[in-house]
Amino acid sequence: MALLEIENLVVEFQTSTGMFRAVDGVSLEVHEREVLAIVGESGSGKSVSMLAVMGLLPWTAKVTADTMTFNGRDLLTMPGAERRKIIGKDIAMIFQEPVASLNPCFTVGFQIEETLRIHLGLGRRQRRARAIELLTAVGIPDPAERLSSFPHQMSGGQCQRVMIAMAIACNPKLLIADEPTTALDVTIQKQILDLLVNLQAEHGMGMIMITHNMGVVAETADRVVVQYKGRKMEEADVLTLFENPRSNYTKALLAALPDNATGDRLPTIADYFKDGSEIAGAAVS
Amino acid sequence: MSVVLEAKNIVRDYHVPGGLFSKGSTVHAVKGVSFTVEKGKTLAIVGESGCGKSTLARILTLIDPATSGDLFIQGKKVDISKGDLTKDLRREVQIVFQNPYSSLNPRQKIGDVLGAPLVIHGNVPASERRDRAMAMLKKVGLGEEHYNRYPHMFSGGQRQRIAIARALMLNPSLLVLDEPVSALDLSVQAQVLNLLADLQDEFNLTYVFISHDLSVVRYIADDVMVMYFGEAVEYGTRDEVFSDPKHPYTRTLFAATPRADPNSIRARLARKKAA
Repeated sequence: MALLEIENLVVEFQTSTGMFRAVDGVSLEVHEREVLAIVGESGSGKSVSMLAVMGLLPWTAKVTADTMTFNGRDLLTMPGAERRKIIGKDIAMIFQEPVASLNPCFTVGFQIEETLRIHLGLGRRQRRARAIELLTAVGIPDPAERLSSFPHQMSGGQCQRVMIAMAIACNPKLLIADEPTTALDVTIQKQILDLLVNLQAEHGMGMIMITHNMGVVAETADRVVVQYKGRKMEEADVLTLFENPRSNYTKALLAALPDNATGDRLPTIADYFKDGSEIAGAAVS
Repeated sequence: MSVVLEAKNIVRDYHVPGGLFSKGSTVHAVKGVSFTVEKGKTLAIVGESGCGKSTLARILTLIDPATSGDLFIQGKKVDISKGDLTKDLRREVQIVFQNPYSSLNPRQKIGDVLGAPLVIHGNVPASERRDRAMAMLKKVGLGEEHYNRYPHMFSGGQRQRIAIARALMLNPSLLVLDEPVSALDLSVQAQVLNLLADLQDEFNLTYVFISHDLSVVRYIADDVMVMYFGEAVEYGTRDEVFSDPKHPYTRTLFAATPRADPNSIRARLARKKAA
């Protein structure tokens, strides 16, 4: 049985000009011990669909789906209190901007221990011990000292490590990483990706990696979902996707990588849809 | 080939003033960097955040003076701390910033954004400003209908085109590009890189391209300089640097860059299976 199963997810936002459909009938599933990458450019609905899973969208959003189950439990019909017990404990998320998503008013120790208190109900001493253990696991030097640091006293890479520590604090079954390395340098990016992949293998978590960087996909994923304008363009295992992409959009994305440049010019998405054919019509599943 | 830009042993120190209980200190942001860029060529400067590449960009665009060292633009020695900075010199060097969302004034229409350099540099009548702005919009792949719009009506890639258009309004000989594509999506990044290549051919522009993305650098650069903690640890032609990196830091950088070819994916999957 799949860990997370989504079928025909639709997310619409109420705007002054009517409903805007950000996610349009996306289906996907994640199994235990599997890394699924969701690739797409900004506005492709990749973050919104995962925020819908987390239940973190504002009230203006309308979320519908045929199925949305986690571990066999329906997330859509579940009462709020029940759902909040799962979110942050069994499903955890790492957000895009590490510096902006930590609370600047509290020490990182407080923020990590908060999760432990609410979800696991640990006592003060146990919480502190576990927080030190977590910071050690994500590779922060002097963890005991660092617990009393504020986010602004740490670098971007370290803040991202703290975010990861918070996310894995309750040993989640599913970890959603939303562009975890976009704001970071390549050398730090490598360290963070290695850390995530190691943690995932160690704890046997399912992981969803949201990214727009094909290199990150190639380095981490088992299976890939390509999204464009709220629709799923293609789903394939990582090797097939890079060797034999089927949808035109994926082909265009791969060709736009400067690594693959053959001539003087980089092909752009427009080159692949010169005849003006509807991209969505070219989707394959 | 004429040399457009030459830097000799550029040093930039920042002094951090001491407080009541702490002593002041000096940060050596750039520690003696030398290079030359020929007309119509692209020099890429690579390094991680905090390595001094943006400080160097500020020195090259004559925003900040260097603490010591010589800077030559079109063969002329420039030292802005001694008041060498003339309007003509300003015109020669222009910059495109990293984030197109914050480098355009949200209350200025695109036409005014593009006209502003002409207002500052000489008496260009309003009608000619308008014509030249229109022509430039078309050059960077936008249309005349965009003239009266505000920045928020544009996507990131379009905004970066506007920033490039603004930098080109005064026909500069040197364009400093400070991470111009790092905030853009992959497909948009390809369009902007193509645009930069076209403009370089058309106007015989010289680029200093600052980036941390090696795949972009390999695509666009003629020469590459790798900076690490304020020092240029590697400097050579693109092929030299990419085929035979000498400094350990350059090798670390190459090793850290994610590879998107099927062979390395196969290797990774095999490693995973074995573990």
